[in-house]
Amino acid sequence: MKRFGPVLVVVLTIFAIWYVGSFLMNRTWVMDQAARAGTDPGFTEVLRDTMNQDRAKLPAPHQVAAELYDGVVNKKVTSKRSLVYHGFITFQTTMAGFVLGIVAGVVLAVAIVLSRFADLTLMPWAIISQTIPVVALAPMIVVLANAAGAGSLLVPKAIIAGYLSFFPVLVSMVAGLRSPGGMQLDLLRTYGASPGQVFWKLRLPASLPYFFASLKIAVAASLVGTIVGELPTGAISGLGARMLIGSQFGNPMIMWSALFAAAILAAMLIWIVSGIEKIAVRMMGGGQT
Amino acid sequence: MQNAKPGDRPLSDPLSQDMTTPGAVISARGLSLTFQTNDGPVHALKDVSLDIKKGEFVSFIGPSGCGKTTFLRCMADLEHPTGGSITVNGVSAQEARKARAYGYVFQAAGLYPWRTIGGNIRLPLEIMGYSKADQAERVARVLELVELAGFEKKFPWQLSGGMQQRASIARALAFDADILLMDEPFGALDEIVRDHLNEQLLALWARTGKTIAFVTHSIPEAVYLSTKIVVMSPRPGRISDVIDSPLPKERPLEIRDTPEFIEIAHRVRDGLRAGHGYDD
Ligand SMILES: Nc1ncnc2c1ncn2[C@@H]1O[C@H](COP(=O)(O)OP(=O)(O)OP(=O)(O)O)[C@@H](O)[C@H]1O
Ligand SMILES: [Mg+2]
Repeated sequence: MKRFGPVLVVVLTIFAIWYVGSFLMNRTWVMDQAARAGTDPGFTEVLRDTMNQDRAKLPAPHQVAAELYDGVVNKKVTSKRSLVYHGFITFQTTMAGFVLGIVAGVVLAVAIVLSRFADLTLMPWAIISQTIPVVALAPMIVVLANAAGAGSLLVPKAIIAGYLSFFPVLVSMVAGLRSPGGMQLDLLRTYGASPGQVFWKLRLPASLPYFFASLKIAVAASLVGTIVGELPTGAISGLGARMLIGSQFGNPMIMWSALFAAAILAAMLIWIVSGIEKIAVRMMGGGQT
Repeated sequence: MQNAKPGDRPLSDPLSQDMTTPGAVISARGLSLTFQTNDGPVHALKDVSLDIKKGEFVSFIGPSGCGKTTFLRCMADLEHPTGGSITVNGVSAQEARKARAYGYVFQAAGLYPWRTIGGNIRLPLEIMGYSKADQAERVARVLELVELAGFEKKFPWQLSGGMQQRASIARALAFDADILLMDEPFGALDEIVRDHLNEQLLALWARTGKTIAFVTHSIPEAVYLSTKIVVMSPRPGRISDVIDSPLPKERPLEIRDTPEFIEIAHRVRDGLRAGHGYDD
């Protein structure tokens, strides 16, 4: 509850700036209309008219909220105009990409830590992979996945999401698996432990806090990857596709409501992952040393 | 329980060329270890010879950097000597390590934070393949031994430093090794706790009959605990004196005020001075 106050202040500040921005950006249109009609509106009328435009350059917060509410509550969840429908598509892909990213990240990290050869060959490529803009890669992945007979857009989109989310997992897991110090390794040596036992009894458990810390970043990256994957790939469903439709049809309201739906989805995902992390940390001895 | 026999001075005993001395649990012959560092070679140990017999409690004392830890690590096969030889239980240090001949207690408790106290003590047992029932029985027994019964389910951070160190000793006692190697196990503890743990350690040694090699910086601690005190001096790390203690095996804390005790303490201090550890 202590964190509530500062958060509220930030939110209120953002809303205030947003309202001022809406007023400034939408005023031109109001003034044009007034000039055409030959009227001379007062400040309150201008203010009122900047806050209710259907095709506002920058819709006001309450308009976006209303649109969001409409898209979430008033539409049937099976409807193509329901934000729940699109949100679920995006959620599904995000989860698929997240799982893909975790598996790839963990497998690569284990290989890199156990084999010097893998360390020298894989790590540079993993780093290079993150320097290629994913937007440039997305259409190619779609084409290749289709050629390989993927059937739906889910597979290429999940690959794009996994492509972004494996990296934080990989980097954290490599650090985590390498975190045990000389003394902890020496201790196992005095027991005559095998390399396999060193891995299962020491390296893996020592890496778990690093792993869970990386999940929050990975799930966010997976969501970004999913939305990027929905933009240029001819997808018609998903929050990313909604944003694109909104911009193509000159309807900022759709764009903004999809954007906020994505933000809410991100917040929910991170909240869930943090919850899992907390439970895991508690099961592992309370996280203190 | 007198170990002092005339001529029992392994360090001045160059004739024994065979690897093992009969009756010796640990036997070092002309042991040397030179670390190659960026600032040139460091002679951590130079031509060190020593025999430790079964059931002895041997303390190693000497100024910082004189190679006490290095010597102990050589016995444990955690460090590889660059010269000479060392045998443990009549075989090479490596074979002895693989045969789980010793328990090692590090200066820091080094408990795994994700395991409970019981889980930490179970670690060596799991690795060595003891049965579940045997594990439970042994954990209970050694916890009793170090007076930590009832703390099995606690996590390390819930225990004081002294209790953690006791848990790490219990961990080294849980499996059947007759040798205990301890590197300043009580170094970070206050005087009172240390006295108490020293008493416990002596009782434990009497009960189990283990052979113990014990590194310390404290003269009273070395004299109080040991049947044999090995004084070392630095640059290069050497043994400068080996003192066989005439103190009886039964040692109440008050023994530290007796003339015999004070006399041995003097000899240890003289040995430390002679090794000119503290004046350069
Ligand atoms: N891994 C290493 N690499 C290089 N030099 C080392 C290494 N370990 C120890 N040394 C050096 O060897 C010498 C002996 O070190 P050692 O740790 O055995 O001393 P010590 O008697 O245990 O000292 P202390 O009482 O401070 O623990 C020191 O000069 C130290 O700097
Ligand atoms: Mg040391």
